[in-house]
Amino acid sequence: MSDAVLSIRNLSVEIPTRTGVVKPVDGVSYDISAGEILGVVGESGAGKSMAGNAVIGLLSPPAHIAAGEIWLNGTRIDALKGEAMRRLRGKQIGMVFQDPLTSLNPLLSIGDQLTETMLTHLPISRSEAEKRAVAALEEVGIPGAVERIDSYPHEFSGGMRQRVVIALALCAEPSLIIADEPTTALDVSVQAQIIALLKRLCRDRGTAVMLITHDMGVIAEAADRVAVMYAGRLAELGTVRDVLTQPQHPYTAGLMASTPLASAGKARLHQIEGAMPRLDNVPEGCAFHPRCEYAQDKCRAAPAPQISDSHAACWFPLIAEKVS
Amino acid sequence: MALISVKNLTRVFDVSKPWLNRVIERRGKAFLTAVSDVDFEVAERTTYGLVGESGSGKSTIGRMLVGLLTPSGGTVEIEGVNLATEADAKKIDVIRSDIQMIFQDPYASLNPRWRVRDIIVEPVVARGGDATGLAEKLLEQVGLSALDAGKFPHEFSGGQRQRICIARALSSEPKLIVCDEPTSALDVSVQAQVLNLMSDLKDNFGLTYVLISHDLTVVQHMSDVIGVLYLGRLVEEASPDRLFNNTKHPYTKMLLEAAPKMDAFGREAELPEGEIPDPINPPPGCAFHPRCPIATDICRQERPAMRKLDDTRVACHLAE
Repeated sequence: MSDAVLSIRNLSVEIPTRTGVVKPVDGVSYDISAGEILGVVGESGAGKSMAGNAVIGLLSPPAHIAAGEIWLNGTRIDALKGEAMRRLRGKQIGMVFQDPLTSLNPLLSIGDQLTETMLTHLPISRSEAEKRAVAALEEVGIPGAVERIDSYPHEFSGGMRQRVVIALALCAEPSLIIADEPTTALDVSVQAQIIALLKRLCRDRGTAVMLITHDMGVIAEAADRVAVMYAGRLAELGTVRDVLTQPQHPYTAGLMASTPLASAGKARLHQIEGAMPRLDNVPEGCAFHPRCEYAQDKCRAAPAPQISDSHAACWFPLIAEKVS
Repeated sequence: MALISVKNLTRVFDVSKPWLNRVIERRGKAFLTAVSDVDFEVAERTTYGLVGESGSGKSTIGRMLVGLLTPSGGTVEIEGVNLATEADAKKIDVIRSDIQMIFQDPYASLNPRWRVRDIIVEPVVARGGDATGLAEKLLEQVGLSALDAGKFPHEFSGGQRQRICIARALSSEPKLIVCDEPTSALDVSVQAQVLNLMSDLKDNFGLTYVLISHDLTVVQHMSDVIGVLYLGRLVEEASPDRLFNNTKHPYTKMLLEAAPKMDAFGREAELPEGEIPDPINPPPGCAFHPRCPIATDICRQERPAMRKLDDTRVACHLAE
């Protein structure tokens, strides 16, 4: 796709360890278009955050990109290093982390942090940056932005802090935002506010958003398309309605069924037996086969087939073809 | 008779600054009321769900039920015995072994230097009981292998550790287990396994659960009765069916509306207003009135009492 803001092709991340090389991300491809929210969902260890960190160049060594390409607005960025990456980060890609308190500097007022970011990335004067900082806080819904611009992070509540982090991620007008579990640390009522904010900003500004979360409910509410990850690989990719209502991959179906929401009124929850394999011990063939109730010989022998928007990475999909 | 009977339970924490700061800054003491005048009863062999957002006092109530905190006011009676005031040591001893607790973080609640066997049998051994073969039997009951008894906690995944915590809670053959966010640290598929295990054990051992969670769906799935807490106050109590289909309290309505739903593609939810107020200076009257869409003058002045409405108990002046 040429109109995609972010395009990941066959991305693999490797970590060399004493006992061998592990692959937390293994041959993952997806695109995100302008104004689109792509939900990346999976359980812990599925590699969803690792893929996000690879895009923004925040893999901590010895983890490194071993194969594949990352394209941002038509420029290849996976090989960028040092200063070039630093200029891109913040300017073209904004990042929102899970814990808003640790992603803000406690010693600088939020106004200073916003103007610093803008002065680094945008050719504007300090007074202009200060004006824009107030506007940014207003845009993310912080009441009394003019007075609060000189407040420090500890003076804000968790939900307000996350708004500040989103304002920070947005202030240099990036074309892509990576939000890594942005609402996991927040209460339900605040979570609803933050999700609505992300959706509004994405729609108004045409920013592409990679929303990484483990919560299927959040995905259903916020995302346009969803990528389901399992053991470092993509299991299923498609529009959120297709994937959630007609899952092709047995893992997606199992994940959906095991949420208490989907089993309302039933005495027992659906159970996927076993646990996600350790990364140094990913099974041969399809990584999901030991836990899959439909697994056959082919699944044990051959890696799952190539994924696309209409095909899950499964030899025997539950629904043959999506009707979208 | 109810297994647990909680009356006017209140807990106040002293959150004052140190003495010298108070003198220099000319400030008085500060108190945080974490739990305020909470009443409820839990019948034997049922599950009582306590749900609320952070700061609602749900964990504080759980800790007072098991005796990890003493109430500042009101009483907790378990099988008719008030552990805080009971003088008969023998009675206390019997009741204590009937109560166990499961904590949220299975990584922090198991001693890393102890073998699983020692962890599981500790509640029995500490009371001088015989624990031969007990750990192995319990491990099999919670879906692990008897061979795991010789291992250390770090050899297990989060879900397996939570199973070990459950085995430990079962070892003293309790009647009541207080579960404080037992699955919040676990992945969805593992959460399903642990919740199913908890349901099975409840049937097999005749257990009573107090299930504390911020996750409405978990509480809805597991509970016979649900109590909704807001800023340390019980605002609504009903069966899951009634609570979800015939919601009385505006806060519960807001909470249900805000919770993510699986079938709500691109939903534009009605957004909750504001955030939970500061518990050190709670609003006068009904604690929810600053965020409540239907608040009137009486809500700002008078704290609503818990009253019975159909089969729901609700603390709201205007609920009908």
